[in-house]
Amino acid sequence: MFDYRGVLDLALRETLTGVADRGHRRVPALPVTPALQPLLPAGLRRGSTVNVSGSMSLLLAVLGAASADGAWCALVGLPHLCAEAADEYGIDLARLAVVPQPGEGWARAVGALLDAVDIVATCPPARVVPGDVRRLAARARTRDAVLMPFGDGSWPGADVRLNLHDAEWHGIGEGTGRLRRRRVSVTVEGRGQAARARSVQLWLPADGGGVESVDTNVVALRAAG
Amino acid sequence: MPPRMIAVWCPDWPVTAACAEAGTSDEAPVAVFTANRVVACSHEARTFGVRRGLRRREAQARCPELVVLPRNEMAEARLFEPVVLALESIAPGVEVTRPGLAAIGVRGPTRYFGNETAVLHALSRAIGDTNLLIGVADGSFAAEQAARRGVIVPPGESSTYLAELPVSTLDPSGNLPLTDLLQRLGLRTLGAFAALPAGEVHARFGPDGLWAHRQAGGRDDRPLAARKPPPELVATLDLEPPVDRIDTVAFSARATAEQFIADLAGHGLACACLELSALTENGEETVRRWRHAGVLSTVDVVDRIRWQLEGWLAGDRRPTGGVTRLQLVPVETVPLGVHQQALWGGSGDDDERAHRALARVQTLLGHGSVLVPVRDGGRDPLQRTRYVPWGDEPVPERSPEQPWPGRLPAPAPSVLIDPPRPVQVLDDAGRPVTVTDRGAVPRPPARFVLGNRTLAIQHWAGPWPVDERWWAPDATNRVARFQLVDVAGRAYLVTCTTPGARWALTAKYD
Repeated sequence: MFDYRGVLDLALRETLTGVADRGHRRVPALPVTPALQPLLPAGLRRGSTVNVSGSMSLLLAVLGAASADGAWCALVGLPHLCAEAADEYGIDLARLAVVPQPGEGWARAVGALLDAVDIVATCPPARVVPGDVRRLAARARTRDAVLMPFGDGSWPGADVRLNLHDAEWHGIGEGTGRLRRRRVSVTVEGRGQAARARSVQLWLPADGGGVESVDTNVVALRAAG
Repeated sequence: MPPRMIAVWCPDWPVTAACAEAGTSDEAPVAVFTANRVVACSHEARTFGVRRGLRRREAQARCPELVVLPRNEMAEARLFEPVVLALESIAPGVEVTRPGLAAIGVRGPTRYFGNETAVLHALSRAIGDTNLLIGVADGSFAAEQAARRGVIVPPGESSTYLAELPVSTLDPSGNLPLTDLLQRLGLRTLGAFAALPAGEVHARFGPDGLWAHRQAGGRDDRPLAARKPPPELVATLDLEPPVDRIDTVAFSARATAEQFIADLAGHGLACACLELSALTENGEETVRRWRHAGVLSTVDVVDRIRWQLEGWLAGDRRPTGGVTRLQLVPVETVPLGVHQQALWGGSGDDDERAHRALARVQTLLGHGSVLVPVRDGGRDPLQRTRYVPWGDEPVPERSPEQPWPGRLPAPAPSVLIDPPRPVQVLDDAGRPVTVTDRGAVPRPPARFVLGNRTLAIQHWAGPWPVDERWWAPDATNRVARFQLVDVAGRAYLVTCTTPGARWALTAKYD
């Protein structure tokens, strides 16, 4: 029996990888968990800006594999993180630093961290100066770090945007059961040639924590731009 | 022959310091605790049978009126400073092993004062009324043992003196497996151990054993091959602008201390005795020597910087300006083979870069601004995550690996609300939802009010009563947990405290 689906998956993955890699320096990208590979087939490209919105769990899931692989992560100005959840997504807490309230020094703190930390996830303050945006993105590019603004997609000039929507919890009823897993859709959008918005269905979190893919194929939504 | 030393030892120094700090009389039975174990106890407490290493409960069972104090290493360093100054007034080059134990060489002051007795008289005059014991012997290990018993060992008789002591004196903290092993082998005194041929000891117990063997024999407790370190191993830290807070200095010094240890390691050396000097913007200086039983690690170096500055800032000759320069001089080194740094002490390039960047952010935003999350033990999600300031040791207070029956099963909420935020949970008719004594919910929740938003509840689960600390006298409240999912698919963890049906949002499954 010929495995149509396997071949199709492979072809699709190769196409996407080729598109994402074109025109960039070949620094080994940071890995992502298999469930997120349909969204980020080439992993997290170093030097890029990845905007994550909609869910803290999604952010943790994106960081997970890279952190487990030995990357350092810093969270600046993000809400109070639960260490257990981070652990469930595979983040190594020994290589995670949290700056809960950077206050006025936000841009300087993020800049300093980009110099040495592989992934800096940050919740930008309400008003970000456009100069800071450019400076930080450039800093990430020269330092081969990944800047990961977390928020409602308000970060201008992000290379990749990940957005979580249509969340639905399973396992909980009216006074019965408990939260077991959540089925979500995550949409990825990129810039330039890679700008085909794709969406995948994920269990985030899956049973017992972590992220798993719901068994459906990548759906091309629309051609953007 | 090893150099003759005078050692001064303050018995139960952690107790004396903790009592002075807490304002307790040291006549009462007092014990000082770290991590629920007795670190030191007063003489009174010892007569009741309280011993080092006992658990608190056990110690209190032996002596119900025991005063329990936490250990305060900063106070220990600060209060020991006058003693060190007194020693320094007799002779320079005081070697402080730790707060409570210090030594000086005899040769210099003996020449000045005429004979040893005159030195001891001058010393006791200088020290005043601090309760301490003085011992004189050849070599600092023998001198320490002499001080613990308050005796003067005649020159050349240190090995005879040490021979009768039990093997456990080699390691008062009980951390070394060696002493235990020796006892099981039937070697109960230092003399019996010292009588073994050195070659055999080396073959069987390695460099550590050989060192202990030399100490036991009173021959020479100096490192096996004391080398004069080359000058480039001196580490200097310039602080610009001057820093007047100890934690900031200690924090900035961390990278320097790491570099210092790494440089020595690059030469195959480790530091056994360190000279630490600090200079202020107005030119005041403090210089002190710190000896370590083993070799100094980065953390040890930073601790000693803290102790020295703490003592300096609290003393009579406190500096008038901020610290501008810190210098670490390795006075005595040992070949690294004797004491290899632990595997996890070594860090890669990336780790070191990250450490530096985080240090920079911490200096930028202040101490405590960079935190490291640690998984902790407990039943409540808020208890299960603990944040420690960057640079402190990230250790859990309770083991997270224990079963903790009653905790929430995975997946864990991703965002914690600390402190919990008061919310209102209402039923269809807009009345607050309550939980009965039997743990039932008569009217199911339909809406909840979060700040100025009202959210309709789609699914809910609970109540899960929290059955913790019911024996405590203040535990009149009963708490139950709920999971709520609103119509937008967002899930929340809330608690309901009865009586009063006070609801609070503790975490979000974001």
